[in-house]
Amino acid sequence: MNDFFNSFFNPEYLGQALPSILAYGLWNTLLLALISTAIGVVIGLLLAVLGVSRNRFLRLISRVYTDVLRGLPAILTILLVGLSLASPLRGLTGGNPYFLAILALSLIAGAYIGEIFRAGILAIDKGQMEASRALGMSYGASMRLVVVPQAARQVLPSLVNQFISIVKDTSLVYILGLMTTQRDLFRVGQDTAVQTGNLSPLVLAGVFYLVITVPLTHLVNYIDHRLRTGKPAKKIVDPEQDLRTSAVDLNAEERAS
Amino acid sequence: MNQHVEQKTDQEFALELVGLKKSFGHVEVLKDINLGVKPGETVCIIGPSGSGKSTVLRCMNRLEEASGGIVKLRGEDVSSGNVDRLRQRVGMVFQHFNLFPHKSVLDNIVLPLRQVRKMSRAAAEKLALDRLGEVGLRERADAQPASLSGGQKQRVAIARALAMEPEVMLFDEATSALDPELVKGVLSLMASLAKSGMTMVVVTHEMGFARNVADRVVFMDKGYVVEEGTPEEIFDHPKTHRLRTFLDQVL
Repeated sequence: MNDFFNSFFNPEYLGQALPSILAYGLWNTLLLALISTAIGVVIGLLLAVLGVSRNRFLRLISRVYTDVLRGLPAILTILLVGLSLASPLRGLTGGNPYFLAILALSLIAGAYIGEIFRAGILAIDKGQMEASRALGMSYGASMRLVVVPQAARQVLPSLVNQFISIVKDTSLVYILGLMTTQRDLFRVGQDTAVQTGNLSPLVLAGVFYLVITVPLTHLVNYIDHRLRTGKPAKKIVDPEQDLRTSAVDLNAEERAS
Repeated sequence: MNQHVEQKTDQEFALELVGLKKSFGHVEVLKDINLGVKPGETVCIIGPSGSGKSTVLRCMNRLEEASGGIVKLRGEDVSSGNVDRLRQRVGMVFQHFNLFPHKSVLDNIVLPLRQVRKMSRAAAEKLALDRLGEVGLRERADAQPASLSGGQKQRVAIARALAMEPEVMLFDEATSALDPELVKGVLSLMASLAKSGMTMVVVTHEMGFARNVADRVVFMDKGYVVEEGTPEEIFDHPKTHRLRTFLDQVL
């Protein structure tokens, strides 16, 4: 029993890992996940719009991109992108693999998020597009102002799920050989584990992953439940409030003009 | 518009279909449809389901592109060219209302006014409120569509189409999805719209409406216009066996 605690929960080694985890490990994991999700959303939106286009060629582009990047193991894509683009992008990245890590994660995230958006768009009743077109609005405006804002609500649970996935995938960027302060939760845990010859630092890193992902998992269930059961008129809860704000944002330019 | 001034023969019709054909794959659903709607006229299209009446309507604003034939608006061939411009001139009301559920009642009307007619927000809101007033729903301007009854939704959809100031209004089974007690309100709104001089093409199962409101009734079956005439001619003196059979079934 003592051995068990010593291997996984040794206070000394936990204490040794904690400062670096709090100083940069946790921060790097969150930063990598958030930025690549944000870029992935942009890529995904583009892929989804191409994917439901009437133009066969545009659909094909979206299809091939999605199939390839979803079909490859993330670690292979990260390594391939990181190594192949290191020298051509040296001018932009300054030889810093951190940016390449974000790029690779974003490209992968885009493929998954694109599929989520595409399914969301296809789930919107086609009467919505028809009514919008029948009023004289263009295909693009109908997509942007009528279909996509509605799809955005539907896809929120899947999108949060995808974010959880991305948080975990950030652990793979260690393969690009980041500098100490650029290292993510997993790598910090691993480094300390190797130094101390004890698994406790990895356990601590794991605990921090769970601190991020478990609440999000429950948030998904909560949003999902709300979307399925409909919203009560009185109480407005945060997730939906956020959605409403983002739906308004899509109209911002139209309002401003 | 100045519909009574028009004298030229090729502009006799507000809307005209000439030799219209439509196929879905190998299935020919419309076979040589010829139909003219005069300015201010209300034409009801009746017929059994699958007769092609909704498809005719959807070809008029090119939600379906015809496989052959011509669609004319005031004598102008609009079968090709800018489809959005055509649709500004032809309003449509759907069976399932198709209000935008993420927009308030008011914004459902404001959105296309801003986008298509490029109106300022203030002007669009004023016009939208006026139109809502005409369908008796001004107080519900800030409501979400989900909180409205079916009849109210359809009245908003009518107001939304009217706000675009179309030359012709198309109604695609506008009351078929309504609870029976809500049908009357929507039909009487459509009747008063017809009376006000709007040019209307109405696909309907409501024979009472066709008889009382239509200037002309068109009976379609199996992709053809089988008979057309005044409501009296169609309902009291049907000439063809097919129309008699149909009327026996629905009346």
